[in-house]
Order: sequence, then C-alpha cells, then structure tokens
Amino acid sequence: MEKTGIHPGGEHAHVHVHGAGEHHEEELGFWRKYVFSFDHKVIGIQYAVTGLLFLLFGFTLMMIMRWQLAYPGKPIPLIGAWLGQDRAPMGIMLPEFYNQLGAMHGTIMVFLGVVPLAVGGFGNFVMPLQIGAPDMAFPKLNMMSYWVYFLGGVTMLASFFQRGGAAQSGWTSYPPLAVISPGQTLWLVGMIFLITSSLLGSVNFITTIVQLRAKGLSYMRLPFFVWAQFVTAFLLLLAFPPLEAAGILQLMDRLAGTSFFMPSGLVVSGKPLTIAGEGNPLMWQHLFWFLAHPEVYVLILPAMGIVSEVIANNTRKPLWGYKALVYSVVFLGFMSFIVWAHHMFMTGMGTTMSAFFQTTTMIISIPSVVILTALLLSLWGASIRFTTPMLFALAFLPMFGIGGLTGLPLGLAPSDIHLHDTYYVIGHFHYVVAPGTIFALFAGIYYWFPKATGRKMNDMLGAIHFWGSFICINLVFMPMFIQGLGGMNRRMYDGGLQYAHNAGLLKYNVVIGFAAWGLGLFQLPFIYNFFSSLKWGALVDRNPWEATTLEWSAPSPPGHGNFLTEPIVYRGPYEYSMPGSVRDFTPQFEPEKA
Amino acid sequence: MNIPYTVEERPDTGLPNGKLGIWLFLASEVMLFGALFSTYIILRVGAPEWPHGELNVWLGMANTFILIGSSVTMVMAWASLKMHDWGKHRLYLMLTFVLAGVFLVNKYFEYASHWTRGEVPSHSTFLAIYFTLTGLHGLHIVGGMIVMAYFIGPGAKLWQRNPDQFTNRIEFTGLYWHFVDLVWIFLFPVLYLL
Repeated sequence: MEKTGIHPGGEHAHVHVHGAGEHHEEELGFWRKYVFSFDHKVIGIQYAVTGLLFLLFGFTLMMIMRWQLAYPGKPIPLIGAWLGQDRAPMGIMLPEFYNQLGAMHGTIMVFLGVVPLAVGGFGNFVMPLQIGAPDMAFPKLNMMSYWVYFLGGVTMLASFFQRGGAAQSGWTSYPPLAVISPGQTLWLVGMIFLITSSLLGSVNFITTIVQLRAKGLSYMRLPFFVWAQFVTAFLLLLAFPPLEAAGILQLMDRLAGTSFFMPSGLVVSGKPLTIAGEGNPLMWQHLFWFLAHPEVYVLILPAMGIVSEVIANNTRKPLWGYKALVYSVVFLGFMSFIVWAHHMFMTGMGTTMSAFFQTTTMIISIPSVVILTALLLSLWGASIRFTTPMLFALAFLPMFGIGGLTGLPLGLAPSDIHLHDTYYVIGHFHYVVAPGTIFALFAGIYYWFPKATGRKMNDMLGAIHFWGSFICINLVFMPMFIQGLGGMNRRMYDGGLQYAHNAGLLKYNVVIGFAAWGLGLFQLPFIYNFFSSLKWGALVDRNPWEATTLEWSAPSPPGHGNFLTEPIVYRGPYEYSMPGSVRDFTPQFEPEKA
Repeated sequence: MNIPYTVEERPDTGLPNGKLGIWLFLASEVMLFGALFSTYIILRVGAPEWPHGELNVWLGMANTFILIGSSVTMVMAWASLKMHDWGKHRLYLMLTFVLAGVFLVNKYFEYASHWTRGEVPSHSTFLAIYFTLTGLHGLHIVGGMIVMAYFIGPGAKLWQRNPDQFTNRIEFTGLYWHFVDLVWIFLFPVLYLL
C-alpha cells in the first residue's frame, strides 16, 4: 500500500545544489503557495471553497424570502432585528428588500456559486489531471481569473450596503425597470468583473485541453468530464461577450443618460422622464438571453460530466454509448446558441420568431434525452456500489429528468402563455440546477475529495446529508408545480394574497418554507464532514475508488506538477470489467501487456 | 515544472499555446463587437430617422489610414525579429506605438469638437452608439499601447533570454493589433459614411 499524499508536495523534495547558474525551485512562501498560487489545484480549491460559501449565502437569502412567503408580514425570527430599518423595520420585510433578495439570490447562485464551483473548481482541479497535464496552459492567467472573480463577488456583496440596497430588478435585469432602479450600477460593475473572469478562464481551458493532452490521449479517449468542460468553455467564451456588451450599454443608460434600452414617452411615478428615448427594451432581453440560455448549459454540462465519471466508476462498467454522449454534448453546445428567445414568447416579438425558437427548443431536447438515456442505460445489469458520490449521482438522473420534461410545456409557445412567470417556471429550472446540478456537484465533492486531500469523507454523514437533502429539496420544488399550474405569479412579495385564484395555493408556502429550512439543517452534516474529514478522514492511496482515468495515477494529493512520471495513455477512459482482465478495472495509464 | 508548448509548436495541432490563446480571445472579441454592431443595426432599423453627416469624414479617414499604417509597421516589427534585426524591430515597434498615439490624439479632437457643441451621448441614439462603439475601440487601442510599451520597455529583455518566445509574443501582439485595426475598418464606414 502506498503512503503518498500525507504531505502535499512531499514527493518533490528538491536537492538544493547551489552551483553557479544551477537552476532550482525555491520553496514558496505562504502567500505564493496558498493565496496567490499559480497551481491549478490550489486555484481550483480556492474557486470551489469560494463557490460553496456563495452557495450557502445565496441559499440563506432564499431562506429569509421563504419566511416572508410562508408568513407574510410577520417579523422574521432570529435575524429580523439585525436587518435594519431600511430593509425590515421591526423585523418585517419591506417589498424592496424582498426584491433585492430575489435578484441577488439568482445572481449569486448562478454566477458566484454554481459556475465557479462547477467550472472554476472542478474544471480547474480535475481537468488538467484527467488529461495528464502538469498544470493549465497559462497559470498566471488562471490565478488572475480567480481574483477577478473574487473582485466581482466582493462588488456584489458590497452592493447590499450602498444607499438603496442591492440590485432589485431580478437576475435578468430587464430595462426600463433596471435602468431606473437603485443598486443596479454595482450589479453591472460586478457582472463585468465576472464576465472578464470567465473569459480568461475559458481561453485557458480550451487551450489546455487542445494543447496539453498527454501522449496517447486522443479526443475520443478523453473522459466525458473533459468533453463537458471543453464544450462549456466554448459556451462561456462566445456567449458571455454579448452580455458584456449589453452590460456596457445599460451602464451607459444609467451613467451617461443614453437611451439604448429606454423607449420614448416613459412616465415614472407620474413624471415623464427627460431622456432622448428611441431605445429598444427588447434588445436587452435578446442580448441577455443570448448569454443566459447557453449559461443554462454551462450550469448543467459540467454536472453531467461529473455524474458520468461517478456512474462509470460505481457501476464498474464502461459508459453506455460514449460516442453518442460526446456527439450529443457537442450538438447541445451548438444548439444552445439558437434557442434563447424561448424565454421571450410573451414579449410580443411575433409568431414567426416564436415558431422558430420553439422548433429549435424541441430539437435541443433530443441530445439532452440522449445523454440522460445513455447514463440510465449504463446502470443496466451493473452491480452498483452505493457509495456517497453514487447516491448523489443516481439522484441526479430522475431530478434532471423531471427538470427537463417539465421544460417542454415551457418551450412551446401556446402552453408557455399560461405558465410564464408562474411558480411552475421556478420549479422547472430549479429541478435542473438544484437537485440536478448541485447534487452532481456534491457527488463530485465526495468523489474527488480523496484526490484533493488524501483523505476520504465520512460515508455515514454523507448518507444523512444525501437522504435529508433529497427529501427536503423535493418538498421545496414539487409543490411549486401545483402552485404554478394554478396560476400563482412568481414575483409577489406576499405570495399574491390579494388574488382569489391563489386562495388554495398559499398553504403550500408553509410546506415549502419548512422544507427549505430543513434543507438548510441537512447541510450541517456536510459542513461538519467536510472539515472533520480534512483532519480525521480515512487516509487513502492514489486510487481509492479503483478508477480508470488519469487523475488516479497521481499521488493524493498531487504535488506541484501533478505526476511523478510523464503519463502515457494506452486506452479509452472507461475500461471497467474488461473480459480477460484479472481486475474489474483497466486504467488508461496501464501499459498493454506484450 | 515546465509547461509544454509555450514556445515550440505541438506537432499535431501545429500551434504554440499562446497562439491558440490569442485566437480564442479574438473570437470572444468578435462576439463582443458583433453584439454592439447588432445593437447598432436594431437601433437604426427602429429609428424614425437617422442623422447623416454629423461626423467629420476627413478626420475619420485620416485615422483609418493611420491605423492601417500602424498595422503595416506592426508586421514589420515582427518580420524584423524573424530576420534577427533588433534595431529595425525597435524602430518599427516604436513607430506603431506613436501611430496609435496619433490616432488617439485625433480622436480626442473629434470628441472635443462634439462636446463643445453639446453633442454628448445622451443627446441622441446615434451619438450614444457612436460614443460607445468608438470609446470601446479606443480602450482597445489603449490596451494595445500598454502591451507595446511593455515590449519596448521591461519586456524587451526576453529577447536576450529566449528570442523565439519574444518573437512569438510580438506576433500575438500583432494579431491583436490587426484585430483592433479591423474593427475600425468596420466602424469607419458604418458610423461616418452610411
């Protein structure tokens, strides 16, 4: 049994030869090693931890909103007194504050939580290891993308403390409302930081995957996770700049008084606005959704990648239809650029546009179904190991399935007219990203924690975390379908008390509230597990899961430069239970027998 | 630890890392300016009337030739490195830097003449998109000048240590610079002539 990985970088004990002109690596100081590090693994962990903290923060915002929806107008317990007069006088939430919480919950979860964890965290840590690279192609750029992201996060958090509070026009920031609402300027500045960060990151990811693959690692031997990150990076590279353009235009509208998104003849609070006018508010929606629909796939593709790795490893079988998975994910990437206006059926953009975009939307569901089916068929006939990561990965399949199937009525213009802007929409996309993507991210954390730290996380606590979260999260989102089908609007700060059709639906808000707070409680075992396993988790060797991909040939944790010898790849990524093999796994890095 | 293909080309892709990186960056820049040009089209198509002749075509044309000239000197700066003529390289790179500066000075006079007449971005949709597009393009010019200043100044030392890497870096700077030039070649007819 190997005893590697207890000391980070222990394998790299350098012999310091102090000869003239002799090159040797200095032992890095604390700041260069842990804070301003160029090492993709450190940066990946920085991204992951920051992303997890933002996920917790964004979720907390939602738990506060859920109190207001369950008990409208009642003082918020515990923290109500601390929120201040301009947010919640006497602990009772103001509508403006509710709107801030809603806008910032969406922004934080998407741009500061899930994407940094899925792409910045897992992509940075795992992808170079899986392709056998010593690091990313541009390590300094990698560090810069983390710190620009960090600046964006600080800007977003700081915006809560400015006069008038944080942005309150929804994460979609539709003008004209967004242009005239307080808090929006810092939101836009924060977004420009985040866009810049993901741009630098995506250039780095694509270059790394194209240029730094190990000897023998052809494209069709790449683990599916790497393919998912590859397509994701292209989406980030090409879809984010239009939002940056839109952000610049909205900043001009707010700061320079232009009217890019402001139509003529606007009257606000009884007063006509003194602006030039002639702008086009719908243009923002086009530019925004041109990013934000590919962004949905940025949220889901890395999750599919993680789930594929975990499922192949725990079924001890090759993934069913690897090639179909790869072609589907590439096709999905292309198609995701031409479906954006299915978010805009209700804007009056015209039936021709609607017809086009509902057709493309139906087409894009095909590769999604192919991927989900391939993963489901991978389970067929397997003797499954129910490890903690596998629990989360298995839950991903039906959860993403529910999220995807409930999206079909939203993709068709006639049924969308009824469902648009109701809780049905909230239920739909949360099934995709919360019990879908976030469960996959948890699977990834449990799966790669041993590689990152050299220790395993506790399975008992993992099971409590899984079952508690699984039950609670379904109780949160399942009732929203009922509320939405009943016509309950998603943006009412009191849940829509004044509307008769909501009468039978409001009681679900109490159920959802308690389920949400319960979900919060069930994250405590995870947080405890995460920290206690760092210190007391069971020590593991290089390949505790008996997996086949390259990252498991490096020490746990890998030192600077990752591999002790140059990795060479001899076969495809998922050769489990191959006939004629003694063990039930044949790693990519195992040489052919002569 | 050394990262492979920072200077030499990877055999199967035929690219060093930096070249792929800069092309990817330029692809995203195409999307950025593409979105802004689309905005221009949507605004113009939707406008009841669109102003003509508000801009000084001669100044704009002069700037077009200045930028095309700077693209030529940029290529020469790279080509002289390939021919190992350091003196010529210095001359051409500095010339490119100066031409970029002349472009900005010209642009400043153009902007100032608008401001003094009260023609600010909030005045009309045309001026709003004019200032946004040319302003963003101007920022790209400034960015290019910063990179050139680095290679004229502290970055020049790399030539002694690793001439191939330095030549590559000048080539990548050139690719970016030609892109900035190209954006202007679209901007000039769209804003000044049409």
